[in-house]
Amino acid sequence: MNFLIFGFLIQNALTTGAIYVLISLTLFSVATVTRIIYVPIGEIMVFAPFGLSMLMNGQVPGTVWLLVLLGGIAFLQDVWQMIRARSRHGWRKAVLLYLAMPALVAGFSLASTGANVPFVIKLVAGCAAPVALNPVLFRVAFQPIASATRLVLLIAAIALHFALAGAGLYMFGPDGLRTPGLTGVAFRIGLIPINDQFLLILGACVALIAGMYLFFEYTLYGKALRATAIHRRGARLVGIDPDSASQVIFTIAGVVAVISGLLIGPLTTLFYDSGFLLGLKGFAGAILGELADYPMAALAALALAGLESFSAFYASEYKDVIVFALLIPILLYRSWRQPAQLEEEHFE
Amino acid sequence: MSRPPAGRLPAGGRRIAAWLALAALVLAPAYLGDYPLSVLDNIMTSAIIAIGLVLLTGIIGMVSLGQAAFAGLGAYASGYAALNWGLNPWLTLPIALLAAAVPAALIGALTLRMSGQFLVLATLAWGISFFYLAGALPMFGGQNGLSGIPSLGVGGMVLGTDRGMYLVILAGLAIVAWMSLNLLESNFGRIIRTIRYGAAIGESAGANIFLLRLTVFIIAATFAGFAGWLYTFTLQFLDPGAFSLDNGIQYLFMAVIGGVSSIWGGVIGAAAYSLADRFLSGYLQQFFGQSFNVSSIFFGVVMLVLMQTARGGLWPFVSVFLVPARQNFTPLAPVERPNVPPAGAVLRVANVVKKFQGLVAVNDLSFEVEAGEILALIGPNGAGKSTIFNLIAGLLKTSSGKIEFLGQDITGWRSRKIARLGLGRTFQHVRLVPTMTVLENVAVGGYARHRAPLWKTLMRLNRDGERRALGQAAYQLERVGLLHRQGERAANLSLGEQRILEIARALNGNPLLLLLDEPAAGLRFNEKQQLAALLIALRQEGMTVLLVEHDMAFIRQVADRVVVVQYGEKLAQGSIAEIQRNQAVREAYLGVD
Repeated sequence: MNFLIFGFLIQNALTTGAIYVLISLTLFSVATVTRIIYVPIGEIMVFAPFGLSMLMNGQVPGTVWLLVLLGGIAFLQDVWQMIRARSRHGWRKAVLLYLAMPALVAGFSLASTGANVPFVIKLVAGCAAPVALNPVLFRVAFQPIASATRLVLLIAAIALHFALAGAGLYMFGPDGLRTPGLTGVAFRIGLIPINDQFLLILGACVALIAGMYLFFEYTLYGKALRATAIHRRGARLVGIDPDSASQVIFTIAGVVAVISGLLIGPLTTLFYDSGFLLGLKGFAGAILGELADYPMAALAALALAGLESFSAFYASEYKDVIVFALLIPILLYRSWRQPAQLEEEHFE
Repeated sequence: MSRPPAGRLPAGGRRIAAWLALAALVLAPAYLGDYPLSVLDNIMTSAIIAIGLVLLTGIIGMVSLGQAAFAGLGAYASGYAALNWGLNPWLTLPIALLAAAVPAALIGALTLRMSGQFLVLATLAWGISFFYLAGALPMFGGQNGLSGIPSLGVGGMVLGTDRGMYLVILAGLAIVAWMSLNLLESNFGRIIRTIRYGAAIGESAGANIFLLRLTVFIIAATFAGFAGWLYTFTLQFLDPGAFSLDNGIQYLFMAVIGGVSSIWGGVIGAAAYSLADRFLSGYLQQFFGQSFNVSSIFFGVVMLVLMQTARGGLWPFVSVFLVPARQNFTPLAPVERPNVPPAGAVLRVANVVKKFQGLVAVNDLSFEVEAGEILALIGPNGAGKSTIFNLIAGLLKTSSGKIEFLGQDITGWRSRKIARLGLGRTFQHVRLVPTMTVLENVAVGGYARHRAPLWKTLMRLNRDGERRALGQAAYQLERVGLLHRQGERAANLSLGEQRILEIARALNGNPLLLLLDEPAAGLRFNEKQQLAALLIALRQEGMTVLLVEHDMAFIRQVADRVVVVQYGEKLAQGSIAEIQRNQAVREAYLGVD
């Protein structure tokens, strides 16, 4: 290995590592607020670049219609709940979030298919549907079982991943996609060529982490989410609606996932099911995040990406085996640090 | 005999229906074509894996996404041995079983300490690793897989693929289902069914819960390895695609859709899933085109709906037509250990200290429980009573000091070891298995005494021991006056009866000391009277009891002596009358006047 390759591998490790850090941070936050391991985050990730590319080709991406459909289901669920409770409480949210918002996104996307619509408008339109899907997905898939055990929530999350991956194949087809770089600038530091996407990803990563930190530490809503994470019923007693809080964290997860998806688009060929693997690697960091403090977990996600990058160079067929086999000792270490589990694990 | 409810099959009719169904299955090659037979082959192979998942998920509350990988291990090991070592395909069966069981033991030993969701992630990581590994290893043919695997033969006759393998697979499924049923209807089955309701139940019956979980994990993996072996010689071709993570998830879906509360749920789930999958990908695919994975969306949605509306799956809807078979057991006195109290103190707590970081919960506490007495531990809320209980039972470790039980130093022992020495306990919040009968719940208490080798249980060679175990459980039920309810589900009992049931379960461990954690809390007046009468009767039989209680009227009725604790320290001890006169106790409870 020469210095050039080493530099390239490090750069590669840092870019994918930054994405893993983002995903693991997001999964960690979602899990602490809702107890859900949000497996479908990988699908949300790839929906954005695929949707954007369809808009660029003058087509309306299927995610828009998926949003409208799920919004309708969520609305009916709310109506049914209102009928059963004989109360109109929450009708505004039902109309705005599940009917008006999907309609708005659909209209916006339809309007931005034209060839002379500026790129920035298309970018916003391409991101709108995958972001807006998240709170609706929470309503449809998780809200009715929000107080179930973690195990039931995890099975539901896996089922949702299955359904969304199937929908992804239908909407985007089996072909791979590689989006062009966003700026196209490239330069060198010493001998090593530096990719513009590399700097973009690092910048976005730092900005998003800082943004989430500020949100959770300094805003009232961020504090409310943390309260929900600590004690769901207690939060309800002081006037925080845990379902809405969960939807906010799902939306934040959606924003991070969509940005990650757009950033990773130019680096690798994406398929409709690529997100799952990317999300899984984010889990390793998320698990460590619960183990230690967060900076440690971020380092671990970076180390994971480094391992992946170097094993891709030395033993490319075994790249994923090495990465996933490494998860087991990490999990083991985590379980040893945790005191003996005499808790009950109900499935039903 | 009472008549079964309308619309249900009585036991006799059920037996006839079962034999008819079995005959129809055995004779299927005579009247079915190759395609339907291959569908049945596939369903039955999947059902074997799904049954393993029922044991894991439904019985002990563990979820695994890695079962396809265990099937893959069995499949590749047997395929490789038959191809490259020229081994007779039948001789590769033990290789397949070991190829699944040994890695399962290793992975299980590493991961089973984890709580539910991390375990799921570990099995997911494992499942995906196997897929990539099989696809990368040249010895397994990489992505091309292994082809040209020989066929199974019987006495010179070559069985071939789908049609020939049908009866082999049917027999395999029958054996797996039979063994699983044997497993569940046994001492082993009863103890593993408590795991979902907290490891403390099993540990206080003297069971090693980690080892039991590991055993079930290995059994489920071995079933999967067996299915992999059947798969290898049915298709005579292997590729990694059949053992991917998606397949692992599908097996879990099968078990959940069928219903994880019963072995038959695994079979029904495999059939429903495979048939629906074939219909969706065969017919609907033509309308929507190749790039529409209908079944992925369909089953994802079905699972979400099931999680929200019917987590029990299909089986509960089928089983309402069946009348549960029930057998009443006559009491059988245990002979294993005479219930004689030793001379002197049964339990000696000496200078025990327990600190939780900065907080001193128990400070230099000493007291003794004499043989044949009922000693009550009382004190204001937060005095450290429960901590003392957990220290004695081995659920917490002392910071310093010594606890002696029956003359042995038990400081630092695990709770199951203390339980086996002769400590029985009940819980502050009743912990029973609501779906098991009253009798079965009591039988859990006798687990350590009735352990049998696993192979005997699987082969149903443990029937004498079973009769003894249930007969002795009936004896304890008679002792506490609940024998008439032995066939009832524990969930149907009132709180008072459930408390008494917990005492019967503890008694079934033949304890020399009973630890009762607030036995009278939440009981009605009559129930308290019954409980008091029971405790007094037990004392007359020579039982020693240590109880934590708040109800002073109840304590006056039963306790010989009282120890009062405040802020983790002993405030006073003596007879009820002495305690009532004690100035310090009056101040602690009523304040200084």
